[in-house]
Amino acid sequence: MSSFIHTVYPVEAADYTRAGEASADIKRKLKQLGLSSMVLRRVAVASYEVELNLVIHSMGGELILDVDENGVRLTSQDVGPGIPDIELAMREGYSTANEDARALGFGAGMGLPNMKRNADEFEIESEVGKGTRISMRFALSP
Amino acid sequence: MTIRDMVKVLNASILRGEDRLDTPVSTACCSDLMSDVLAFVNEKTVLITGLTNPHVVRTSEMLDLKCLVFARGKIPTDDILDQAEERGLVVIATKQTAFTACGLLYEAGLRGVPIEWPEGEKE
Repeated sequence: MSSFIHTVYPVEAADYTRAGEASADIKRKLKQLGLSSMVLRRVAVASYEVELNLVIHSMGGELILDVDENGVRLTSQDVGPGIPDIELAMREGYSTANEDARALGFGAGMGLPNMKRNADEFEIESEVGKGTRISMRFALSP
Repeated sequence: MTIRDMVKVLNASILRGEDRLDTPVSTACCSDLMSDVLAFVNEKTVLITGLTNPHVVRTSEMLDLKCLVFARGKIPTDDILDQAEERGLVVIATKQTAFTACGLLYEAGLRGVPIEWPEGEKE
């Protein structure tokens, strides 16, 4: 399957200044492709949430954008620390964000549920000590 | 209502986007939690906040918001304001608290953004 766009964005842990730059670039790229504003918005929100999660919670990782005729795929993978209880982490309002993140307006415990809400397909797998991988797919038409 | 009307109601100062004050607005949301804004806002609306960091602008960019209202006399730094300008946002600031700003705007006819609950979570 040919990919129209394949871009890998490295995301550094605790880099609050640059957090969101990858998502802004993703949104710009998709806008140029002429995606509907509804799809654009859903991808942008999920992308921003997952990018912030990498910055806030991970020890570093990457965000990968793939676009082909079937839709948009966002994949986030990091090098740790991993999520001990995914079910708990998926609960709205549950957050382990630190003070730095909270001071910026994050850590409401809405990140993962919000990604799931906006994506057409949402998969998360995590292993403590290894890392977390999140894969989201967005159809091009609602 | 237009952003110009909001400026009057809030006795606000215009920080960026003076040429776009006639943009019509019908709904608003108020939060210092950007995660909540990202989770619940589904339309191009106005954000009233007391948070003045770059993520307010970034969040607005992701959601295509129209106007940022900084409450309780807080004003972001120039680089943040310039980022907002680049993204086509109108930025105004009021000395009112967020609560009072919301009350005044509601009284003037502005309403909250409708919240879209996901399937199975209604009521």
